[in-house]
Amino acid sequence: MNVFLRGLIVAASVVLFGGPAAFANAQAKKVRLGVEGAYPPFSEIDKGGQLKGFDIDIANALCAQMKVECVFVQLAFDGMIPALNSRKIDAVVASMSITDERKKAVEFTDKYYKTPARFVVKQGSTLEATAAGLKGKRVGVQRSTIHDRFVGENFKSADIVRYTKQDEVFLDLASGRVDAAVLDMIAAQVGFLKTPQGKNFHFVGPVYDDPKYFGYGAGIALRKGDNSLREDFNKAIAAIRANGIYKKIQDVYFDFDVYGAAAATAAAAVTNAAAKK
Amino acid sequence: MNFDAIIESLPMYATGIGTTLQLLAVSLVAGLLLAMPLGIARASGNVWISRPVWMYTYVIRGTPMLVQLFLIYYGVAQFEWVRLSVLWPLLSSAWFCAVLAFTLNTAAYTAEIVAGAMRAVPYGEVEAANSLGMSKLQVLTRILLPSAVRRALPAYSNEVIMMLHGTALASVVTVMDLTGAAREMNSRTYLPFEAFLTAGACYMLLTFSLVGLFHFAEGRWLQHLAPRKNSSDVRGVVLATAPRI
Repeated sequence: MNVFLRGLIVAASVVLFGGPAAFANAQAKKVRLGVEGAYPPFSEIDKGGQLKGFDIDIANALCAQMKVECVFVQLAFDGMIPALNSRKIDAVVASMSITDERKKAVEFTDKYYKTPARFVVKQGSTLEATAAGLKGKRVGVQRSTIHDRFVGENFKSADIVRYTKQDEVFLDLASGRVDAAVLDMIAAQVGFLKTPQGKNFHFVGPVYDDPKYFGYGAGIALRKGDNSLREDFNKAIAAIRANGIYKKIQDVYFDFDVYGAAAATAAAAVTNAAAKK
Repeated sequence: MNFDAIIESLPMYATGIGTTLQLLAVSLVAGLLLAMPLGIARASGNVWISRPVWMYTYVIRGTPMLVQLFLIYYGVAQFEWVRLSVLWPLLSSAWFCAVLAFTLNTAAYTAEIVAGAMRAVPYGEVEAANSLGMSKLQVLTRILLPSAVRRALPAYSNEVIMMLHGTALASVVTVMDLTGAAREMNSRTYLPFEAFLTAGACYMLLTFSLVGLFHFAEGRWLQHLAPRKNSSDVRGVVLATAPRI
């Protein structure tokens, strides 16, 4: 067998069988973080193809605080928990809300921010965010999110349309394929309402933050039993909260306190921001 | 393996199978209706007739169906005039966009199959028909098509199965087909293995049902081309009837 062929077979078998495992063992300090990259302003790809956003900056700050090397792995949101549990990643930093339902499958750190949710519709739409008002209406949500669950359980009469990415919801909301969307207020504000695509749209209905559906804020998801990593993350979150790094990062993106934001405060802040634009 | 979660999700899969079969049936019928004239034109000796069809099949077969679906679903919707046109009620439906993409796709492949089968008809049969004084239309409807359609069966059964698998793409534009059901189960239970294994088993069941149907059809209409049984004098054409799955 010639050398080239042998090399090729060795390379192929490493890639096929031993690759990820060998890598993880050789570099024990590397933490693989699942991020979404399609959820502005929390996680997006800039024009140069680099990840940026609040999630990304917080993740980088936490990794620096923990003195570990982090690698970002970009995944679809509905693939995060399966990827975590099948050990393709070690933690999820993707604006994932801490909910009791998800806690059955994964572990969470303390929250690193909390914002409420609301309906977005076209201006002039008479749609009401009630069970009767949504009967037969097409409501767009991102699959596997708290908003997906919320609409599914509270507005069963609505025709729920599920998308893999939030920007796909925006595309179809703008083109009129869906009558409304339910999503995080900040994501709606920055990712849609402030963009040319969303200029004829606005929030309607109440501000939602019922912990039963919307959880206890966004946390970092970890595999069950990965307690030392969770402790490290919790300490790091507390540390960057205390030393001002968190404040510095959040001020780049938000002009209100995204950490504590009670629903009403955040809603008012977002509405003020909307009025300014 | 979490069988309870699978059993709980079965009604969702049943609805998904219904949607998948509906997508498949509508696009196959529409695709076949388009493909017959396209295939005849493609096999034509006149380049002004065959070239445009060649262009169409070249473009469709040269691009992934997913790209075609994205172009139809997201691409076309970008233009204001499309959204204001009378076609918007149709184009705004994800189901319609999926069927449109699948139909255009299968029409291109099937047209090539039909054209290929027409070229495979022994020329002697056409010459014989000509010498009997049949008109061009008579040769087409009495000699070429009946023979070509039979010969096309094995290749077309492959196309049908490829299309069945291709319909899985509908789930990326929000259609809740069989794959959509699997993605929904995955997102609810975080059990990707169970979710997609169930979908895989359903697809396999559908595939083998279709294979069975085509075997029956081939046994019925392709007997004259099968190798002769109970005889050492095998002069018939051996057909590769096993579909490529």
